[in-house]
Amino acid sequence: MSANTYPTTVPDSAAAPDPHSSEPSRRDFFVIATGAAAVVAVAGLAWPFIDQMNPDASALALASIDVDISAMEAGQSITVMWRGKPVFIRYRTPEEVEAAKNTPLSDLKDPIARNDNLDSNAPATDENRAAPGREEFLVMVGICTHLGCVPMGEAGDYNGWFCPCHGSVYDTAGRIRHGPAPENMLIPTTAFSDDNTITIG
Amino acid sequence: MQGTSEYQPRTGIERWIDSRMPLPRLMYDSFIAYPIPRNLNYSYAFGAILSLVLVVQILTGVVLAMHYAANSAIAFNSVEQIMRDVNYGWLLRYMHANGSSMFFIAVYIHMFRGLYYGSYKAPREIQWILGVILFLLMMATAFMGYVLPWGQMSFWGATVITNLFSAIPLVGEGITHWLWGGFAVGNPTLNRFFSLHYLLPFMIVGVVILHVWAFHVTGQTNPTGVEPKSRSDVVPFTPHATMKDAVAMVAFALFFAWFLFYLPNYLGHPDNYTLANPLVTPPHIVPEWYFLPFYAILRAIPSKLGGVIAMFASIIVLFFLPWLDRSKVQSAAYRPLYRIFFWIFVVNVICLGYFGAKPPEGWYVLATQLLTAYYFVHFLIIFPLLGYIEKPRPRPTSITEAVLSKHKSGGGGTPAEAAASPERRG
Amino acid sequence: MRDGTATKIMTTMLKSITRLSAAGVLVLAGLSVAAAQQDAPAAPESPEAKPEETALPHFPLEEPEEMEWSFAGPFGKFDQQQLQRGFQVYREVCSACHSMKLVPFRALGWEGGPHFSEEEVEALAAEYQIQDGPDDTGEMFERPGRPSDYFPAPFPNDEAARYANGGAVPPDMSVLAKARGVERGFPQFLIDIFTTYQEGGPDYIHALLTGYEDEAPEGVTVLPGQYYNPHYMYAAALAMPPPLFEDLVEYAQNQDDDPNNDVPQTVDQYSRDVAAFLMWAAEPHMEARKSMGFTVIAFLLVFCGLVYYVKRKVWANVEH
Repeated sequence: MSANTYPTTVPDSAAAPDPHSSEPSRRDFFVIATGAAAVVAVAGLAWPFIDQMNPDASALALASIDVDISAMEAGQSITVMWRGKPVFIRYRTPEEVEAAKNTPLSDLKDPIARNDNLDSNAPATDENRAAPGREEFLVMVGICTHLGCVPMGEAGDYNGWFCPCHGSVYDTAGRIRHGPAPENMLIPTTAFSDDNTITIG
Repeated sequence: MQGTSEYQPRTGIERWIDSRMPLPRLMYDSFIAYPIPRNLNYSYAFGAILSLVLVVQILTGVVLAMHYAANSAIAFNSVEQIMRDVNYGWLLRYMHANGSSMFFIAVYIHMFRGLYYGSYKAPREIQWILGVILFLLMMATAFMGYVLPWGQMSFWGATVITNLFSAIPLVGEGITHWLWGGFAVGNPTLNRFFSLHYLLPFMIVGVVILHVWAFHVTGQTNPTGVEPKSRSDVVPFTPHATMKDAVAMVAFALFFAWFLFYLPNYLGHPDNYTLANPLVTPPHIVPEWYFLPFYAILRAIPSKLGGVIAMFASIIVLFFLPWLDRSKVQSAAYRPLYRIFFWIFVVNVICLGYFGAKPPEGWYVLATQLLTAYYFVHFLIIFPLLGYIEKPRPRPTSITEAVLSKHKSGGGGTPAEAAASPERRG
Repeated sequence: MRDGTATKIMTTMLKSITRLSAAGVLVLAGLSVAAAQQDAPAAPESPEAKPEETALPHFPLEEPEEMEWSFAGPFGKFDQQQLQRGFQVYREVCSACHSMKLVPFRALGWEGGPHFSEEEVEALAAEYQIQDGPDDTGEMFERPGRPSDYFPAPFPNDEAARYANGGAVPPDMSVLAKARGVERGFPQFLIDIFTTYQEGGPDYIHALLTGYEDEAPEGVTVLPGQYYNPHYMYAAALAMPPPLFEDLVEYAQNQDDDPNNDVPQTVDQYSRDVAAFLMWAAEPHMEARKSMGFTVIAFLLVFCGLVYYVKRKVWANVEH
């Protein structure tokens, strides 16, 4: 026996117009209000479930790091970890600085400095890329702006960086010269806390 | 079901889907046109409430698993990281922890409703058995979930419950070592419990679908225990049951919110905020409240194997309920004697729970033993006996008749019904 | 088949009747025994009069007093000044032995907590030496703390803590206020649902800190290196000596020229302040939780009314 054999329309159900209600608009209002409240409830409940995937308070509070550069010599570069990402610190030779300085802005694929210490539209001159006050140092997040690989140092046509994943080529100021990457590599907030210590972040 | 379907595809797309995979038809027949008895009271809404809580538990659980680390070295800290640093982590974790208690509150009411109105009787035996299986799955899921924060109660709860299996002669020790993945509860245990805790809820969803399917075949019971006979006995599921369930769900959400926001640790145990220590057992260990009646039964028997058997038997006996009850009458509303014994049984279970939380000493021990004895007497003796000695009250011939006579006499019905349906319209 | 069942049922019935009457006798016997033993559980109130056959005495010997907390109840909020004072007590007294490993310095600046300014948090963090490393040579080194660091532990591991503290490990204080609480008993635990009592931890901490007594009553043996405290949850005495005494901590709040905001520097006041601080440390988002609770419950009440109204309309013409 299946209960489904009963007809589903019930003559005295409220599906039919309600003879007691002289104000159908009032009833409609409450039905709509209830529906709206249900939407609000679902939306309000959804937000915590979405927001929980954003970086949490401990990730947001991740501190700056101090890097001791006293042992570095010209031509050398080191990689340190900051917020889970590699940061390149390159002690550039005078020739490398010279080459970067002599590159006209019109040769650059991305003419913006991409430097967190400067305005967002500062031009990508070598002065705007190098560490503040110490032009021989370049401090840069070592992530290719194409799809996030870590480029190899002292490589490529400009002896800057070369990304092995998809062939992006950067010069000695970390600026994109050719290849699929759209932007220069990012310069993080950087300061010299003393002559031998760089604070990143 | 195709033969009786009321579904009329209106647009071309609906017809296209209907002729290939008639999911809209299934939904329409199950949740819109499906006829339900017109006299259901609010105690029938707990199935809907349980579905809601299950969804909440799965959603919060999936999200918590994104932050939780199932490693005994950092599990406790990862839970605290959720509570402190994750955006809304405290809300999600408290929802999940209190949600399990809400799940059991709702399931116990749902089960007692089934006992009161004889929902386990023919032709709904399979439905009832699926329900008992769901109850067992819930208990396993809740138990393993409680282990995950890796506090003192987690650790010692896991130790005590897994040690139940060591009571089995010959293979018991082997089974416990297999469960632990070592010679004591440890990191391997935590890892497998996490894996299973994630798996079991989806098995629960599967059995819930069978459980719902079963009552869509047999139809729902109702407070009179008289099957619907004509179209005046039933109303369509939507909007009638939909709206009534919605009222119950929102009211239950209010109850849930009270605990969630103002008493989030009321239903837990302080000891679980202390990191698990395999060298020290807390002086007074108790399971979560929803296991207390069964825990009391375990402790009532002064023998290891006997206690374990009694505890499992107290749940297994539910499987046989449809055959233990010999009464021809379905609903307690027309069974004057059973109604009394039903309420005695409710009090019995609550008392078992209360004594389960007490230390096993003094007169508590004897009281627990008597209550345990009564638990089994209720199912194994009173149930079969009542079918023979009870003289049922006259039953109405149809739901419609019951409803109309109730309204003519200006109320009536049983006190239980009155309490369960406070919305009685004027 | 049918007959078999019937026979079985008859046998069961006969057995049942026997058992039922046996159970009845047992119930009566049980009740009388219970009545006879009614007085036994009351014994712990006078420990010296405890009958010897009682297996385990019940601790604590004295129930904690329920305090007035600013953070109790649905509208409770932490008293920011109190949390700052409590933090001072933790820093100057408790932290000598107790770690608080799960609490980062940055949390001290959160709203709904001590709410120190960013500069104050940085200065507080810098007062601690934090182990970091390894450096380029593979050595660990120490540096001043930063807001993202966690409170350093006074001992490198539990073994060192146990060795330095007469065999007892001082518990970590990060969630201590939620890890302690004296059982409430019937019917109090039901009343607690309506009063939203969640302050068992701070009540206990306050009771313990103010509850030391010099002389243990007769019949209670206190081992050397133990201190009698009838409020201790697990025994009659504990290994922690009374940690607080009057004027031990010079409250920063009392150092300004304004005498109106001075608080007494008593053991009672220190205990309240540090208990409140530990409650915050264990539940730093309590204020956010309670204020969200009010919004949600208010919304649900309105929503419930709306749904109920629509439901009544739907059922208006169905007698049920």
